[in-house]
Amino acid sequence: MKIGVFLKQVPDTETKIRPAGDGSGIESGDVKWIVSPYDEFAVEAGLQLKEKSGGEVVVVSLGPARTLDAARTALAMGADRAVILDDEGFQGSDPLGTSRALAAVARKEGFDIIFCGRQAIDEDNNQVPQIVAGLLDWPHASWVNSFESEGEMATVKRPIGGGKLEVVKVRLPAVFSCTKGLNEPRYASLPGIMKAKSKPVARYTPADLELDGQVGASAAVVQLTSYQMPQARPSGRMLEGEVGDQVKELVRLLRQEAKVL
Amino acid sequence: MDAATKTASLPPEWTDEHTMFRKTARDFVEKELAPQAEEWEANKGFSNDMFKRLGEMGFLGLGHPEEYGGLGLDYWFTVIWLEELVRSRSAGFNMAMTVQSDMATPVIADIGTEEQKQEFLAPAITGEKIAALGISEPAVGSDVANLQTTARRDGDDYIINGAKTFITNGSRADFITLGVRTGDAGFGGISLMLFPTDTKGFSVGRLLEKVGNHSSDTAELAFDNCRIPARYMLGQENMGFYYIMQNFQGERLVAALMAVAGMQMLWDDAMDYGNEREAFGRPILKFQVWRHKLVEHLTAIEAARRLTYYACDLFEREEPCVEAISMAKLYACDLAQKVVYDIQQFFGGYGYIEEYHVARAFRDLRLLTIGGGTAEIMKEIIGKGRGM
Ligand SMILES: Cc1cc2nc3c(=O)[nH]c(=O)nc-3n(C[C@H](O)[C@H](O)[C@H](O)COP(=O)(O)OP(=O)(O)OC[C@H]3O[C@@H](n4cnc5c(N)ncnc54)[C@H](O)[C@@H]3O)c2cc1C
Repeated sequence: MKIGVFLKQVPDTETKIRPAGDGSGIESGDVKWIVSPYDEFAVEAGLQLKEKSGGEVVVVSLGPARTLDAARTALAMGADRAVILDDEGFQGSDPLGTSRALAAVARKEGFDIIFCGRQAIDEDNNQVPQIVAGLLDWPHASWVNSFESEGEMATVKRPIGGGKLEVVKVRLPAVFSCTKGLNEPRYASLPGIMKAKSKPVARYTPADLELDGQVGASAAVVQLTSYQMPQARPSGRMLEGEVGDQVKELVRLLRQEAKVL
Repeated sequence: MDAATKTASLPPEWTDEHTMFRKTARDFVEKELAPQAEEWEANKGFSNDMFKRLGEMGFLGLGHPEEYGGLGLDYWFTVIWLEELVRSRSAGFNMAMTVQSDMATPVIADIGTEEQKQEFLAPAITGEKIAALGISEPAVGSDVANLQTTARRDGDDYIINGAKTFITNGSRADFITLGVRTGDAGFGGISLMLFPTDTKGFSVGRLLEKVGNHSSDTAELAFDNCRIPARYMLGQENMGFYYIMQNFQGERLVAALMAVAGMQMLWDDAMDYGNEREAFGRPILKFQVWRHKLVEHLTAIEAARRLTYYACDLFEREEPCVEAISMAKLYACDLAQKVVYDIQQFFGGYGYIEEYHVARAFRDLRLLTIGGGTAEIMKEIIGKGRGM
């Protein structure tokens, strides 16, 4: 089985994000880069499936040159090889462009299944898994927190709010976006870390994937024009007194101050 | 911002492998150690299984030879491990583990026989056997050359009599790397032996109640006509003082590294607290007197880190390093006292309350200028080296 895992390199969750002076992006000087946490669930899902069914796990990542570090983390966890899309031509892709590139890799590699995170925690778009599935014309299930497979069929569970889970049977090949609870991503072991550098890394250009003009900043249909900090949130207010009075006061505040009722 | 992970023009030059290992170490400490720290502190102990868990992860054998189950990595992996290990916030646990990996066992790797390595080193690396280092005695601490526990040769055996105290892991150890007197008075009559604790005549006395480092056990040990085979002699007879001094270098480097990492963690805590806690209508970090104090400490911590890294670099390259290591231990451990004092003050009343980490750190860090060679002894070593 050829298992594809898509991952993205994002700023560490502990980084204090600041927009760059000209609003064109974020200050990247002090940023520590990590694998987007949901993507770690995807890597683990891929590795577990390989342990059960055999085959190989190929991680795919699109981004600038440093994205190789993120792929290496997955290689150290046990993935077999990586495909890096760090060519100039891919930079500035919007979710559609990114999905075109990833879908093209999936075809080229002949993946039988794809795992990815439910969303990358930098821009939180939550679009790529669905668009890739659309482009490949594969079924998909998003926010998967339980995965079992038997031959051609996978049975997954996904939270749908209210503490409820939806159970979905999906025919492979398919795309699954993974969320918390699916598994406990393994640590990269020291022997794994030492081996990571010698594992194969392939690079494709837009031309290799026959995607000239369809990826990168020039092809983007969504453009990010400026980055700003959200407005500081005023601190919370505690209501005091009898419960009945508190409720009345709360309703009044929601009506008159917050104007949400 | 994580100063320790920034690239520097001086050593260390972190490789990708180091960076990946830091993530593994941090994830492990945050997931498997830190959540248990409160319980370990309250119960004054942790399960022996933790040695096996760390062994399984490879953390007890980072620098140890691969033939015996170690990973044979450069010293910077140990540096990273220690820097992350402090995040468990259980100094006692950390001390127990570093005694196992970097204080009681490196000397076996260095001078042990094949048989000794198989019997003691290999199972210490997996965590199956727990190790202790037994040098200090009720009447002799700093003055190692004067230690009194005797090992008398009797045919193919040695017979050991005496007492040790302050021994970390002492109540649970399977073996002790033990300093004994085999010859005349003074440093020329000391040997190091490997002592299995199931030997008849050995007993663990009191567990000592300590100011801090609560999760580790610190024991008094008694040796009453304990007979062990002569093949447990480490290296040459009567060369023990020299081996002990060699071995102390690694131990002191661990102390310096953990002092620096511990200070940095407290400093980071202070930043968070200082932005949140308000007095007189503003965050306490907005008082210039505190900003300046914290900046002074940050500067000194960075200086301590650079001195310690310098010592690590010499140690890793097996160059003369005694002076640098003694300086690093002296400076970093002494600085830690000042840093924790001021940061505890910065936390106000909460700094005195157990729920805040700084309260525990205040007790735990106190050990640093005492254990593993006192500050005064570091000064003696540096002075002697300079012909004073
Ligand atoms: C929690 C804990 C864990 C420990 N774990 C271990 C362990 O696992 N194994 C082990 O062998 N030991 C261990 N020790 C012992 C530790 O190494 C000793 O406490 C330390 O070396 C100091 O020895 P001492 O306590 O006998 O002090 P002493 O040597 O009696 O010193 C008392 C004071 O006199 C000063 N002094 C001594 N000589 C001089 C001098 N020449 N010039 C100036 N001042 C001097 C000292 O600096 C100190 O301030 C541990 C200690 C503690 C508290």
